[in-house]
Amino acid sequence: MIEDNKKIMKTNTLILHTAALFLLPLQLIFSVFLLLRGHDEPGGGFIAGLVASGAFVLYLFAHGVASTRNILRVEPHDLLAMGLLLGLAAMFPGLLYGEPFLTAQWWEFTLAGSEIKLSTVLIFDIGVYFAVLGTILTIVMSLTEAEE
Amino acid sequence: MLYAVLSGFILAMFAPWVQRLAGDRSGWILSLLPLSLAVYFASFLPEVSRGEVIIQQWIWLPGMDINLSFLLDGLSLLFALLISFIGTFIIIYAGSYLKGHKDLGRFFVIMLSFMASMLGLVLSDNLISLFVFWELTSITSYMLIGFDHEDESARKSALQGLFVTVGGGLALMAGLIMLGTLGGSYQISELLNSGDALLTSSLSVGMIVLILIGCFTKSAQFPFHFWLPNAMAAPTPVSAYLHSATMVKAGIYLLARLNPALAEHWLWSASLSLFGAITMFVGAYLAYSATDVKKVLAYSTVMALGTLTVLIGIGTQYALIAFASFLLAHSMYKAALFMIAGVIDHEAGTKDLTRLGGLHKAMPVTAIAALIAALSLAGLPPLFGFIAKEALFEAVLSTELYSNLLLILALLSAMLVTAIAAVIAIKPFYGELKTTPKAPHEGPLGMLAGPVVLASLSLLFGLMPFLPDSGILTATVNSISSEPFDFYLALWHGFNLPLLLSVISLLGGIALYHFWSGNRQHIGTLTRQLSRFGPEAGYFKFMDGIVFSADWQTRVLQNGKMGNYMIVMIMTTVILVGYTLLSQYGFRLTLQASDVAFYEWAIALLMVVSVLYAIQTRSRLGAVASMGVLGFTVALIFIHFSAPDLGITQVLVETLTVILLVLVLFKLPGFSRYSTRFEVIRDASVAISMGVLMTLLLLAAIDTQYFETISAFFLEASYPEAKGRNIVNVILVDFRALDTLGEIFVLAIAALGVYSMLKLRAEKNS
Amino acid sequence: METLMAYVVGILFASAIYMMLRRSIVKLVIGLIILSNAANLLIFAAAGMTRGAPPLIPEGATAPLGPIADPLPQALILTAIVIAFGVLAFAVVLIHRAYEVVGNDDLDQMKDTDT
Repeated sequence: MIEDNKKIMKTNTLILHTAALFLLPLQLIFSVFLLLRGHDEPGGGFIAGLVASGAFVLYLFAHGVASTRNILRVEPHDLLAMGLLLGLAAMFPGLLYGEPFLTAQWWEFTLAGSEIKLSTVLIFDIGVYFAVLGTILTIVMSLTEAEE
Repeated sequence: MLYAVLSGFILAMFAPWVQRLAGDRSGWILSLLPLSLAVYFASFLPEVSRGEVIIQQWIWLPGMDINLSFLLDGLSLLFALLISFIGTFIIIYAGSYLKGHKDLGRFFVIMLSFMASMLGLVLSDNLISLFVFWELTSITSYMLIGFDHEDESARKSALQGLFVTVGGGLALMAGLIMLGTLGGSYQISELLNSGDALLTSSLSVGMIVLILIGCFTKSAQFPFHFWLPNAMAAPTPVSAYLHSATMVKAGIYLLARLNPALAEHWLWSASLSLFGAITMFVGAYLAYSATDVKKVLAYSTVMALGTLTVLIGIGTQYALIAFASFLLAHSMYKAALFMIAGVIDHEAGTKDLTRLGGLHKAMPVTAIAALIAALSLAGLPPLFGFIAKEALFEAVLSTELYSNLLLILALLSAMLVTAIAAVIAIKPFYGELKTTPKAPHEGPLGMLAGPVVLASLSLLFGLMPFLPDSGILTATVNSISSEPFDFYLALWHGFNLPLLLSVISLLGGIALYHFWSGNRQHIGTLTRQLSRFGPEAGYFKFMDGIVFSADWQTRVLQNGKMGNYMIVMIMTTVILVGYTLLSQYGFRLTLQASDVAFYEWAIALLMVVSVLYAIQTRSRLGAVASMGVLGFTVALIFIHFSAPDLGITQVLVETLTVILLVLVLFKLPGFSRYSTRFEVIRDASVAISMGVLMTLLLLAAIDTQYFETISAFFLEASYPEAKGRNIVNVILVDFRALDTLGEIFVLAIAALGVYSMLKLRAEKNS
Repeated sequence: METLMAYVVGILFASAIYMMLRRSIVKLVIGLIILSNAANLLIFAAAGMTRGAPPLIPEGATAPLGPIADPLPQALILTAIVIAFGVLAFAVVLIHRAYEVVGNDDLDQMKDTDT
């Protein structure tokens, strides 16, 4: 069984190595796409966060923790904290407009001919995205580090 | 009124600073608050004595009919005045009595909070807020009784008081909720007019019993009277306050407050009269048998509380008049006597009556104040206590229920109390001078102010009974009684039966006084013998029982084997839920397979096979693979049955789960088999019964629908209000965003748990 | 379909409980995974299962055109799936740590709190 384990961890084949490099940006873009369309079509913060973490985990297995940490630039638990803070931040604007805590606020305007909808709901969803991404990367990266 | 109640709590916060800045004068400064409260409440006197009822309300939890509302009528005004007026002197007294004590600041914090809670209690118009204040008085009095927390007996007494009163508080809470439910309102002012619905319900007996337990424990009625004398471990100012006008009167207050609504119930008057009479006599006897001044006073308080309860139980006009006058008289003389006991203890060094004597030369003011207060206690003219006692006899004569028993007990108690009063007024101050641990001298001004003022008031009210009468007592009686009436108090009623009884009790009391010093030994032995069977012995047995059963159940239930915990939990669930399900719904096994397509059968079969493979395989890789199969089939179900978001999430999570298992699981040993054949069969039956229960439950849930689903709202509002077309996402991030926020915090906690567990090990290794 | 799922869910629950009652801690993990799937399916089936009508509002409309699947249980399950993963990760790492400290994978030997 231990051999299985090592096989999975150490299969640094050239194909995986290269594929991970190209797949990472594609998967991240896809995750942002899923995040933004989530309010109208299947998707949303949870799913997008999972896709993004899948991208990083794939990269992690191909290139190792140190290299993943390099392209992440921040500690994964900082991502987690940022997600929670964004989630909390989305709660307060309602108060400013004299509405109950957490009431969603929308700001719509036209920019260069296209209609842009900004909202606390979007901020909240981005918070969920980062929270999920941070959680999974924290878990997986601590585990692989403990491995080494 | 809200601010009147809150001001005590607010000042309590700053009390330590005041104490540090003002030093010895802090008692005088802090007493300004209760004094101004007393003035504030006194300003309501004209309105209330005209029979007006003042209600002020702040909305608190409107959905549950819980408001912060205050009710000021005769009864609550009388209590509020007593609390704030006596509180003024207590605070002054405490500043002097505890001068230089290292915890004086803390004392003021608790004392002021206690006073504020007590005010809140008597002013509340809502049952729930009344209960909250009720419990606050229990907690603060616990801290006051155990103020000398380095003394073990003080801690024990405090805990005993807390156990008894809070235990009763639990019963009271249930009783009050029943009262609120049966009466249809939690507002006391509405409940009192709610009519017969309260009394005719089949639950009314249970409700009254619960409320009575709460009131009896708080007001130290037999058989719960034992905690009160033990509470004398508290510093004297605390005893003087708690046992004259406040804590123990809370139960009496509630009885009186609810009297108009419940007086017509047979159980109410019967149990109040009976338990009150027993308490009255037991208290008087125990007071007679004690030698510690504070204990004597404590037991005479028990006697007074019993008397008040009897009077509510009798419930006639005379009785209610007697109740109001006795309440006022008792609060004044008892607070004065307690403070005098503290002066004696403080200046002479002992509180044992047998070791005191001849102090009147050294402490003339104290001696005179003690004499006046004791005369009021004994019920002699021209003190206000006499008027109260006459009214008491008149009330007992007017009753029909247990009239002979009540008369005998009241007469005996009156004799005993007369004797006690004589003992307190004479023993320490007259006769031959005995040597005391300290050289006796007169107490300071701060400690004498209270006794002198209160004793003088006893005299003043006795000579001019129309003052308290028209001022407050008429209004008080009218708020307790169901029908309004007028009355007047007088010192002289002419030669009649009550006067005769007073004379008899006086003569009997003088006889008993002479008996007091001669027969200490016999009385002491008798009391000790009796106490072996008393309720306090029962209390200790009960406490031992709690410790024993805690020990037993820890050994049996908390045995450290997770399997056992789970079996207990699962079987409890199976039995309780299963019983409810079978009795409410019945046993129905159905399978409507006509709408199931061929490939749906296949998916279901695949799930079952993968799970069954996982539970019997010995290969970890096989188990992990079959978990993957299970996860992906679940995802198929989600996608096929209109849940695209779920399907995507499930697929992604399933991938990550496999990675997680690969990272960790293979560092653990393989599947070991430890269980015996018996264990396997036992576990399998537990598991199967849970599985069968879930199947039956789900079949029942599919079959029945009790409520309209709330999803209709989400479907309608999703686009117009939340501007989203993906309703699942709209629910997650908008309608139920608070839940989602909680959930991402759960994720964060799990991640941090993993992180710290692994990080911790790394640090240990390095 | 719901009635069929009722039986499947029952089998899943029974298997999960059975695995969690084993003394080998590794089996506990498998039990946990089955349990979370069983719970999700339970909620999903209890709310009723609809084919081919996802809870989405079509472009141009302000409300769903016909009857669609109930979105509420889906929202519940979606977070439940992700949280189940977090809990599973926590449990797996905890078990791993416990195994390292105690040096035994028999749950009945992990009785003392002070090791």
